[in-house]
Amino acid sequence: MAKYTLQINDKSYTVEADPKMPLLWAIRDLAGLTGTKYGCGIAQCGACTVHLNGNAIRSCSIPVSAAASGKIATIEGLSDDNTHVVQQAWIQEQVPQCGYCQSGQIMSAVALLKKNSQPTDKDIDTAMQGNICRCGTYPRIRKAIKTASKMMVAKASTK
Amino acid sequence: MTASEKNLSRRNFIKLSGMTGAALTLGIYSTASGKSMELITAAEAETSGVELNAWISIDSAGKVTIINHRAEMGQGSFQAVPQIIAEELEVDLNDVKIIFGVGNEKKYGSQITGGSSTVRGSYKHLGQMGASAREMLKEAAAKKWGVDKSTCYAENGQIIHKPSGKKLGYGELVADASKLELPKDIPLKKSSEYKILRKPMPRQDTPMKTNGTAMFGLDKKLPGMLYAVVERNPRFLGKVKSFDDAEAKKVPGVKHVIKVKMAVFSTTREGVAVVADNLWSAMQGRKALKVEWDDSGFPYNDTTQLYAKMEEDLKTKEGLSYRTMGDVNRVLSKAEKKVEAVYSTPYESHASMEPLTCTANVTADSCEIWGPIQAPGWVQDDLMNVLSMPREKITVNMTFLGGGFGRKAFTDYTQEAALISKEIKGPVQVVWTREDDTTQGPFRPGMMYKVEAALNPNGRIAAYKFKMAGQNMDHQWPGAEKDAYNGSTTEGFLEPYFERLPHYSFADIPLDSPIPVMWWRSVYSSTNGFAFESFMDELAVAAGKDSMEYRKMFLGGKDRYMALIDKLEQVSGWKSKGKNEGYGVAITECFSSIVGEVVKVSKRPEGGVKIDKVWAVMDCGWYVNPDIIKAQVEGSIIMALGAATKHATTFKDGKAVEQNFNTYKMPRIQDTPEIEVFNMDNEEPAGGVGEPGLPPFTPALTNAIFDLTGKRIRTLPFDLEKV
Repeated sequence: MAKYTLQINDKSYTVEADPKMPLLWAIRDLAGLTGTKYGCGIAQCGACTVHLNGNAIRSCSIPVSAAASGKIATIEGLSDDNTHVVQQAWIQEQVPQCGYCQSGQIMSAVALLKKNSQPTDKDIDTAMQGNICRCGTYPRIRKAIKTASKMMVAKASTK
Repeated sequence: MTASEKNLSRRNFIKLSGMTGAALTLGIYSTASGKSMELITAAEAETSGVELNAWISIDSAGKVTIINHRAEMGQGSFQAVPQIIAEELEVDLNDVKIIFGVGNEKKYGSQITGGSSTVRGSYKHLGQMGASAREMLKEAAAKKWGVDKSTCYAENGQIIHKPSGKKLGYGELVADASKLELPKDIPLKKSSEYKILRKPMPRQDTPMKTNGTAMFGLDKKLPGMLYAVVERNPRFLGKVKSFDDAEAKKVPGVKHVIKVKMAVFSTTREGVAVVADNLWSAMQGRKALKVEWDDSGFPYNDTTQLYAKMEEDLKTKEGLSYRTMGDVNRVLSKAEKKVEAVYSTPYESHASMEPLTCTANVTADSCEIWGPIQAPGWVQDDLMNVLSMPREKITVNMTFLGGGFGRKAFTDYTQEAALISKEIKGPVQVVWTREDDTTQGPFRPGMMYKVEAALNPNGRIAAYKFKMAGQNMDHQWPGAEKDAYNGSTTEGFLEPYFERLPHYSFADIPLDSPIPVMWWRSVYSSTNGFAFESFMDELAVAAGKDSMEYRKMFLGGKDRYMALIDKLEQVSGWKSKGKNEGYGVAITECFSSIVGEVVKVSKRPEGGVKIDKVWAVMDCGWYVNPDIIKAQVEGSIIMALGAATKHATTFKDGKAVEQNFNTYKMPRIQDTPEIEVFNMDNEEPAGGVGEPGLPPFTPALTNAIFDLTGKRIRTLPFDLEKV
């Protein structure tokens, strides 16, 4: 067991954990942030996706010891009230069905759009292929990413 | 129920919805015979002693609380149920708070969420509740103003006196309204009058699902709760011979290692649970656990062996007859033109994104359950029995479900959690790992089909013989008759077809296996549909007819079906398909809805085939929310795509082989074709929406591939890239 101070969504969480504990469980059970989900535990489904230093990572497959020194962002940190442009797009396009995969989907989409604000279909395929949705909301995810992109471009042009 | 217990439950309800002061509360109660449901006000319920059922409540601040009595697993019941009530009640959906009903079948009627039955089973009652509340509020206002009720109308949470423009908000009227007699059988609105029904209203649960606040089963926390993971037998029926927990107990956080059990149909499954103060430690503890199993006394099945048996059965047995007409064998034996085909479909896991989980807190005389549960009433029934507790002592709370597809309507995982909690004398959350969830079943049964038909010179079917081989879910229950036919043998088949077949026979040959099986999205239609509509296509080809025209030959005069097929033809551009394009059609019906789909495929330059587009026409009769319907059909198609081209559960040495998403491969965003969904607009009784979109996809796809390549695919799954 070791002590770690995790920087999550610009807040500090001091936790005691086995160095090998996946970051996912530190986030969910030790920091109490349950928006990030467990889906497979082997980085195949993307439900656990968070940002580490701005990059989308699968928190189920990185030990807390490796993540402790970085800046972690989870779904809860995107906005206070669904005001993040990607969340806005998700609501406009009515994306979620059961909703379980959506935190991971959104975090992957946010990471994509940060690096590439006007992704093509192929860019979307590449960035989002690690996120499984059993309810089949993929057509709406694709549409929402494009809607978010348009919203971002419109916002940028009014500056 | 004593008076104090009754009041207690009402107080609990009030606390739950945060209401204060007077309220107008309407619900439904079961009549003494238990055979029907009646509307009742809270006041009436108190005096007449019936148990209060609350589905809608309006408090003195005008706040409306509606209870969603059914599970929300993505299919939109969280939205549909309140939308129906709000339409008649004349309130804005944004002014309504929706909460999950606690499991209580006596209160809410059947809460089993399955068979795409939520809307079609309750829409009339729900409408009546909203309408009755509205009329009572109108009457209260009219009395207050000393005017005739007919001069008042309801709009947006207010009663308005038309001649003077006087208004009163619902909150100001509830105290008076709650004292009035409940009006019954109020004529409901015509669909032309709908303000929010039939509109794509945004879902109320969407914001919660985009910011991580929606609570799923794994998110539930009870004070003092421990976490458990269970080592279960990979061959399902094995018993725990012994276990060595020395290493497991050394893992920091591990508190208990105990033998556990749960009932699965007629069998008792054994396992060893590692219980810890955090989930990760429980998982680590389980890795360090050593269990010795006694796997004797039952066969170890292999996929090859199972399918060889089904194939043999189809060749040699007539099966258990379900539905027959005429003398199919005689006509077939004399027929000049015959078509015959054998189809094969795989076992499947449900693979919800949220693995199974259940939180239980069992005390000496009470039980509280939280979890992703499709059938809270069944969970109560089961636990009453297993814990020897009366119903009122067992509270079953539904969280949002991260997918269900039928798996979460079962009571095994809830029983297991309750028994663990009882044993450790404290609250516990049992979590199934993805591997547990994928390999323990129950599974969708893999089925094989043999279909034979005799064709007349004009292409019409003279005789149609259908045999299905595979496990019958119903045979698994205690006391089930193993020679009872499968009541779902014709599920998926278009009803009008029967009229046009002079001789037919539908039968099943049940397969005996220890593999646990149960309902998977659209149940037997999901595999039957592949056989029915692939064969229909094979007949069309044999008759030298266009597939769409061929089906029309059997649907003449059936307006509803002809309207659907015409629409499908029109939207897909069927008649104007180009060269090097393959088009396939399939039409099935289940849960009272008819769905037709057309799939367009083309050759990939690098080899294989790609799906260019899917058109779906859904006829579910009376409907609530067209956008939810669209989403459900899209999702059903993608789920069918997975079962057709990506994944299957196979068995070797009695164990499920595929454990996680690296081998049980799911369709991903890049696999998703363009999908267009159309909804027929009619006044037929409401049919299901959550499942009927699934069965037609796969046969439409393989029919399209035949159209493009001349290759007939009869075994699933297959690889699109290798066609």
